[in-house]
Amino acid sequence: MMEIIVNGQPYQLDEKPGEMLADLLRYRLGLTGTKVGCNESECGACTVLLDGSPVLSCSYPAVKASGHNITTIEGLAEKKTIPDQVVKLHPLQEAFIAKGAVQCGFCIPGQIMTSYGLLLANPNPGDHDIREALKDTLCRCAGYSAISEAIMDAGAVMRGEGHITRRAVPESSLARNSVGRLADRPEAVAKVTGKAKFSDDIHFDGMLIGRAKRTYTPHAFVRSIDLSDARKIPGIRAILTAADLKHAHNHGLVVNDWPILIGIDERVRYVGDAVAIVAADSKESADEAIAAIRVVYDEQPVIDNPVLARQPGVTQLHETGNLLKHIKVRKGDVEVGFASSDLVIEHTFHTAMTDHAFIEPECSIARVNEEGRMEVYVGSQIPYSDRKQVAAAIGFSEDRVRIIGMLIGGGFGGKEDIMGQIHAALLASETGHPVKILFDRHESLLVHPKRHATQIHVKIGAKWDGRLVAVQTELYGDTGAYASLGEKVMTRATTHSIGPYESDHARADCYAMYTNNPPAGAFRGFGVTQSAFAIESLMDMLAKELGVDPIELRRKNALHVGSVTGTGQVLKDSVGLLECIEKVETELRSRVEGDPFAPRPCPDDPARVRAWGFSTAFKNTGLGGGAPDEAGADVELYEDGTLQVRTSSAELGQGLCTVLRLIVAEEMEIAAEKVDVLLSDTDLTPDGGPTTASRQTYVSGNAGLHAAREFKEAIRSVLAEKFDCEPEAIQIRGGMAVIAGQVLTLADVYQVFKEVQREPRIRTLYRAPETKPLGQGGDMHFAFSFAAQAAEVEVDTRTGEVKVLEIIAATDVGAAINPLGLAVQVEGGAVMGLGNALTEAFLTRGGKVITDRMARYRIPSITHTPEVTSFIVEHPVASGPFGAKGVGEIVSIPTTPAITNAIFNATGYRVDHLPVDQELVARHIHASKFVKPADQ
Amino acid sequence: MDSVVAARNPGDGVGPDARPVEKCRLITSTDPMTAWKQYYLPQTLSEAIQTINSCNPSCLIISGGTDLLLELTQRHRPAVENLIDVSRVIEMSAIEERDGRLFIGAAVPLKHVAANPLVNKHAQALAESTGQIGGPQVRAVGTLGGNVGHALPAGDGAISLLALDAWATITSPQGTRHVPLLDLYTGPGVSSLIPGQEIIVNFDIPVHQAGTGSAFSRVMRPQGVALPVINMAAWITVDKAIIQQASIAVGPAGPIPRRAQGLEKFLTGKTFGSSVLAEGQRILLEEVKFRSSPLRATAEYRDHLAGVLLERVLTSAWHRAVDTSYARVS
Ligand SMILES: Cc1cc2nc3c(=O)[nH]c(=O)nc-3n(C[C@H](O)[C@H](O)[C@H](O)COP(=O)(O)OP(=O)(O)OC[C@H]3O[C@@H](n4cnc5c(N)ncnc54)[C@H](O)[C@@H]3O)c2cc1C
Ligand code: FES
Ligand code: FES
Repeated sequence: MMEIIVNGQPYQLDEKPGEMLADLLRYRLGLTGTKVGCNESECGACTVLLDGSPVLSCSYPAVKASGHNITTIEGLAEKKTIPDQVVKLHPLQEAFIAKGAVQCGFCIPGQIMTSYGLLLANPNPGDHDIREALKDTLCRCAGYSAISEAIMDAGAVMRGEGHITRRAVPESSLARNSVGRLADRPEAVAKVTGKAKFSDDIHFDGMLIGRAKRTYTPHAFVRSIDLSDARKIPGIRAILTAADLKHAHNHGLVVNDWPILIGIDERVRYVGDAVAIVAADSKESADEAIAAIRVVYDEQPVIDNPVLARQPGVTQLHETGNLLKHIKVRKGDVEVGFASSDLVIEHTFHTAMTDHAFIEPECSIARVNEEGRMEVYVGSQIPYSDRKQVAAAIGFSEDRVRIIGMLIGGGFGGKEDIMGQIHAALLASETGHPVKILFDRHESLLVHPKRHATQIHVKIGAKWDGRLVAVQTELYGDTGAYASLGEKVMTRATTHSIGPYESDHARADCYAMYTNNPPAGAFRGFGVTQSAFAIESLMDMLAKELGVDPIELRRKNALHVGSVTGTGQVLKDSVGLLECIEKVETELRSRVEGDPFAPRPCPDDPARVRAWGFSTAFKNTGLGGGAPDEAGADVELYEDGTLQVRTSSAELGQGLCTVLRLIVAEEMEIAAEKVDVLLSDTDLTPDGGPTTASRQTYVSGNAGLHAAREFKEAIRSVLAEKFDCEPEAIQIRGGMAVIAGQVLTLADVYQVFKEVQREPRIRTLYRAPETKPLGQGGDMHFAFSFAAQAAEVEVDTRTGEVKVLEIIAATDVGAAINPLGLAVQVEGGAVMGLGNALTEAFLTRGGKVITDRMARYRIPSITHTPEVTSFIVEHPVASGPFGAKGVGEIVSIPTTPAITNAIFNATGYRVDHLPVDQELVARHIHASKFVKPADQ
Repeated sequence: MDSVVAARNPGDGVGPDARPVEKCRLITSTDPMTAWKQYYLPQTLSEAIQTINSCNPSCLIISGGTDLLLELTQRHRPAVENLIDVSRVIEMSAIEERDGRLFIGAAVPLKHVAANPLVNKHAQALAESTGQIGGPQVRAVGTLGGNVGHALPAGDGAISLLALDAWATITSPQGTRHVPLLDLYTGPGVSSLIPGQEIIVNFDIPVHQAGTGSAFSRVMRPQGVALPVINMAAWITVDKAIIQQASIAVGPAGPIPRRAQGLEKFLTGKTFGSSVLAEGQRILLEEVKFRSSPLRATAEYRDHLAGVLLERVLTSAWHRAVDTSYARVS
């Protein structure tokens, strides 16, 4: 028996062998505000206070807490005892909201508890203290600067010295009543109090734990599967193999090439393939059963890179061959272009496979409900695609499957593919019990699609004055075992590989190849992260060869309204690239005397050298390429005069809820707080399309806007009938309907709808402007976002260590609908780009994953976070909602090359492999001391 | 207009109405394999020894658990019947000066070691290294006993203890012994402690008189495992600008942490300066053969960094030694 006091309340509980404090809090006490991100002491999400000191509850034995005081996120706000309702947020909670520090929210309880521990020990922390204290409490959305500001303000309040101020973020230059103003997230309070529900936070009676048996071998044929020992393990309710699949055998987002389970004599294509799934009473039983399943593999030679995959004679991993797609861009004639160039340079670049490392690992819960329908609770970026794929796998019609989107603890493109959804549904069907499949961090790293490792050769021909004449690129993309979104990602990589520049001649060829590596799919930047690194590096190399300023070179070639892109698209509006360049340049030159790109010794340690680097980028908004890009939205009016907007796009932390709320509030001319948002439930919300391609503000936002507009029309027509007047005679202003001097509130309007027996809601399908497939010229995309960034690095010339000190960013977002959310998107995007440059490498050897734990895959922490100065450039796009276009990806793309260009400027070392290897930097600086080449 | 009746969800804006989490059904039908079965928290050494006797043989000593629990949950080690947690043992929880030596309890959380005034006065290298291990949450529970017990060739705390000439007191049901730190190391990740029997009670180092100083430094990579590419600690005694005694420990330079005795001998009797440093760097590389470890560093890079770190730790230790106020320079 142990006695523990949680949030002031004593509990007497049985000791359970092997139980960690996090499990006790979450699963025994139902205090699910404490999150588990890694279960391996790396992420800090599970931080709680033990007698006031922050500890990691995921690896703190529960028995050890006996006799101690535990404080969790649920214990921070003041509450009325009955009902358990928050009456006053803690200053930290309030400050996290006011600063816009909350994004996906999954790390936030851990951040707040770590911060609380800091403030208890040190009521007046400085920047350094905060960085030390939060060092190992990771936020993948990287709201670190906002978090720091929140801690400072909360500290002041706790000391009785100050109050919480709104984060100093400028409103949009195009601000209206609601859009463009600073607004809290609708779900912010739930996220800072621990009430927000992610998939693993819900529970059903009789729920079983599901797990998959992974192959751990990258290429083989399954020869036999022996379940006899596994079946003997107590608590096992079901074991399924491919032989039990009665319906679809494969799933896939675009191509149905991904086996749900690998059967006898079928091909294993990567280490994360599943051969069997089990459902058991407990996680421990499931684990044991998985270990007891014996599979005989007939191992095959492993194809571990895309260049090898394309060689003649190698095994073809899929029936369609190893080539997923050859993607081609053709404009003019590059040979003519190179012949007429004054200077031609070329270089090959390599980017690493990287992992999304969202702090919330994948979790799906499936259950057959009382009506015999299948419900799947999951944080998914594409609920309707999940529905389709789950239905096919269990042989249900789609309307008998309901996907209920839970909050998503970060996605970044990594929660688009099916992970546990189908397996959970199969096991729920089989057992009749609800089944939860929660990946641990190891499984998450092993299984879900990554960012494509890419080899990119770039060749540029230019005139002496710096004008580009021809750009040619050749890309090899490693799409791994299955297609996922590989073709689309590599298409984006290819079309963007010539950079946001004008060039009469362009040619790009990309080979997206299947290999035996983990699949690669969508990841913030969607291929453009890779190609921007290559082209922007070569642009700096060109500037050096030509002896021109790198900013000048870009300005000279930058896309502008009227330019023709490499795919033959004439840009008609919203091309703010030149202004982005100018904003960053002005800021940069105001800070640095002389050439910002020249190396400067650090004032207090001359062996550390600093320099700035520069980069630009562009990124399409929306699917483009001829794919119909649509989103449905509902707007409904309620009795109290408030509105709800519904669509099934996902809130990943990017702020879609806020954006939809602001847009609908703007159109309806009511206060933002009067609009609530419901997302991602295939029964209740219309299909919003995939949450990908920076398309939500534009496409889902437009859907919300159109729904609101049509709802106003509906109000007019209903009122016109009732008051017997022309609909045009009715004005809707300030949340009121005005008819010939009579004023009706929206609550009154609701009553009128009821009187005339009309439902006070509307459903719209918004169709984005048509686009053309690659190769046909015309508009391949309906909008592009643009950005320029400068990064200042400091290189320790003794060790080769690199630190990013500052980033200046300018981003053309069309119009800033949600400036507070935009601020953290820019900062978080830059930090993610920094990770891509410096810390992140998902490593495999012969198809086997080396970085299979969070301890081996490093994402940036607060200690890596540079100061970010952000300028928002607003060149509205006519077709966007209030002029807005995409934001989510563009903010991250220029950061990596800005950093690597800065490293070159500081040291003369040209980074052509990502991430930067500090040993290679040191070897370059001390070349004479090193004789052997590094065995990279 | 459609016929779906929508649910309201004013609270969190996303997902269906949050369903309450019912308390998890206790599952009794199985006896699953868990990382441990019994967890003991003895409060005194004699209690700990009694527990060892009663649990024999299937037990392990655990302290902060920051290493051991991951090994167990990730199944790098077989599950164990009994864990004997020594982190609350009173005799292992003090830092005190006695008979000219500084005793540091093996169960003192790293954060308290790093902040302790005696440690900062007599063992700056140890304060620096323990202050850099993991993050604050790990330092709140991790201990020096575990850092040494884990027996990595480059444990940050262990490297400093080694340079400071630490001895360890070991207790078991068979009795107590007092041994030099290096005696506890057998190989990478393997200590000479009898598992589940022997407990490191504390470490002791000589209390430093005026004219001594120590320092620790390490170089990490931003990618991959949080193990140093290389780490180093130095402890020197200086009198009238002459090094009287030098002790240098470095890792990972072989299966276990090691001292650079050739270098120590060379430094003795010298005045620290650029030519002594250059010669010292040469001697260090002569006697310590660094190895390449894939994905972390080549031997050549380690060679290079060894020179950088030697300059860093010697410069710092020298300044601390000649500055008799012992102010901690960081
Ligand atoms: C996120 C993270 C970051 C880390 N960073 C670093 C780092 O930067 N540098 C570094 O050096 N280490 C690091 N570590 C490793 C670890 O935290 C330290 O080695 C710590 O000092 C271990 O102490 P512990 O008390 O938690 O050991 P435990 O896990 O309790 O024990 C480790 C081993 O020592 C034995 N043991 C423990 N105490 C005793 C004792 N008193 N007597 C006999 N045997 C004992 C145990 O049986 C076990 O074999 C990190 C770990 C994590 C999780
Ligand atoms: S540190 Fe505990 S869940 Fe990540
Ligand atoms: S808000 Fe921190 S991980 Fe998303």
